[in-house]
Amino acid sequence: MVLGRRFDTQATVLAKQGRLAVYPSSRGQDACQAGAALALRDQDWLFPTYRDSVAILTRGVDPAETLALLRGDWHSGYDPYERRVAPQCTPLATNTLHAVGLAHAATLQAKDQVALVLLGDGATSEGDTHEALNFAALWKAPAVFLVQNNGYAISVPLAKQSAAPTLAAKGIGYGIPGLVIDGNDAAAVYAAARAAIERAAGGGGPTLIEAITYRLEAHTNADDATRYRTDDEVRGWLDRDPIARLETYLRASRLLDDEAAGRLAAEAERLAADVRDRMSAEAEAEADPAELFEHVYARPTAALERQRAALLAELEEAAP
Amino acid sequence: MTTVMSPPAGSAVRQAPAPVTMAAALNQALADSLAADDRVVVFGEDVGTLGGVFRITDGLAAKYGEHRVFDTPIAESGIVGTAIGMAMNGLVPVVEMQFDAFAYPAFEQVTSHLAKLRNRTRGRVALPVVIRVPFGGGIGGVEHHSDASEAYYTHTAGLRVVTPGTPADAYLLLREAIRCPDPVVFLEPKRRYWSKETAVLTPDGPPVDRAVIRRPGRDVTLIAYGGMVATALEAAEAAVEEDWDVEVIDLRSLSPFDDQTLAESVSRTGRAVIVHEAAGFAGYGAEVAARLTEQCFHYLEAPILRVTGFDIPYPPPKLEQYHLPSTDRILDAIARLQWEDDGA
Repeated sequence: MVLGRRFDTQATVLAKQGRLAVYPSSRGQDACQAGAALALRDQDWLFPTYRDSVAILTRGVDPAETLALLRGDWHSGYDPYERRVAPQCTPLATNTLHAVGLAHAATLQAKDQVALVLLGDGATSEGDTHEALNFAALWKAPAVFLVQNNGYAISVPLAKQSAAPTLAAKGIGYGIPGLVIDGNDAAAVYAAARAAIERAAGGGGPTLIEAITYRLEAHTNADDATRYRTDDEVRGWLDRDPIARLETYLRASRLLDDEAAGRLAAEAERLAADVRDRMSAEAEAEADPAELFEHVYARPTAALERQRAALLAELEEAAP
Repeated sequence: MTTVMSPPAGSAVRQAPAPVTMAAALNQALADSLAADDRVVVFGEDVGTLGGVFRITDGLAAKYGEHRVFDTPIAESGIVGTAIGMAMNGLVPVVEMQFDAFAYPAFEQVTSHLAKLRNRTRGRVALPVVIRVPFGGGIGGVEHHSDASEAYYTHTAGLRVVTPGTPADAYLLLREAIRCPDPVVFLEPKRRYWSKETAVLTPDGPPVDRAVIRRPGRDVTLIAYGGMVATALEAAEAAVEEDWDVEVIDLRSLSPFDDQTLAESVSRTGRAVIVHEAAGFAGYGAEVAARLTEQCFHYLEAPILRVTGFDIPYPPPKLEQYHLPSTDRILDAIARLQWEDDGA
């Protein structure tokens, strides 16, 4: 979580410097990010959204590859099959169906695999979430839905999003167990996700988890959160910072001392330095215009070959 | 249908030519694909127990089991969205949209994910998914049952869009679509489901990407696809009386487009008419006309004409005959191709 937080704050800085096109921070949601990723077994799949870079990093994806989308290099920078992490999903809730499909394919092929999909409170209003919960329940798909309820869909508060008593309560209608957990308690997130994964892997079907948390930053660096929430509200959540809470617990339990904390902080600084170096202007790889045509189909069509040749000829002509 | 479907699924042994409907040919293509490849799964609304509202999946669930051929909830986005996840995990989903206009709830999954995931992941994630869509009118369907929706899909890079005009091609193209590593929107002209031809169903034939000359001719190239191929052939026969020797091309693959076959034909005949059911405005025929104008301008004796549906929402059953391109309307278009100027 410390590493993830440092990565997140570094990415926010990079966005402000213009090194990233945009960065949707998950600061404050650190327990959800780490808890979800760490609860997965090696063979399981993570289906993240655009706000889940830290979960992706925690899953073991290379930091620079994680940020490729947000730097604008390409729409996704990592190989999904390497760490079993789907590309970050920008349209809301569409990834819930992908997760359920992948999970059901695991069942059909007798593979021991669970798909965990991350979504936000706003995404629960999308039709795809409804369809995914319904399909998952019917198929008893080994899928886990982890809703990071951070209170806002950009500016719209949950009260304008849903009249349900809780988001987890929606599970009742689908025949899916739903639970509400403290999303700023890393142990709670990990335990709930782990139990849901084990239940899914054992043939028990899907689980809907609503983790109550808070996004401390604005929606992205392009957003102005002061237009829709008060400083008091943010301060209240700063007092419930998931990292501070975990640290207090670990120190009280004598599982963390100054020396270990210092080592962790130093490692976090090394990670941040590595991210800065690799996202620097000097390290930027030349984007290849010819690649625009490369991956549209398994083999480029004749028309795409012609368009690629035309673009390359145009560039050659323009070259000094 | 039974005699047509009698060869064992997946068998290399083929019957002698026999009358076969397009519906039976599609059913056989699905059966043979299920037999040939364990990764193939067929699902959608009513495709299991019922065998589909058009019976295209008739008998498949019983034969291949409910783990391979199954009913889903009525949720088109869910069907396509889960197909994407299944394809990511090693399966080859073949899904059915019950009718053209009922496929629209899946539009986001089709355009934002199915079409783009390969490109998004730099070629690392292939989605060999086939979406079967009964499309077009001519069956007296009430609203939402007769849309010609091809242009929505052909405008989306990353999708292949194919449509058969004959039963034999229905078999061949569907087998090939299921083997294709790219996502394919497979448009089935529902008005031709029950039309028969004498054919042998075989996966060997002209490559999917190539258009086929169904009737060679010297004077004008008539370009059609799906349900309009038969209409175009009828018009070509009727044109003989007027001394027009009409070449009929069946496009088969709407995307990618076979520029070569089309340009070769139109350069030879110097005249072209495009026929489709969909509205003409920004319709598929506009793309065909533009490409042929770009490629064959110096060979053209007349402007390229389109015979299409009107720019209206699809009409109610009692009025659809006025909307759909007819042989007469096609002949009228041919008559307007500047014949008096033709080097007389």
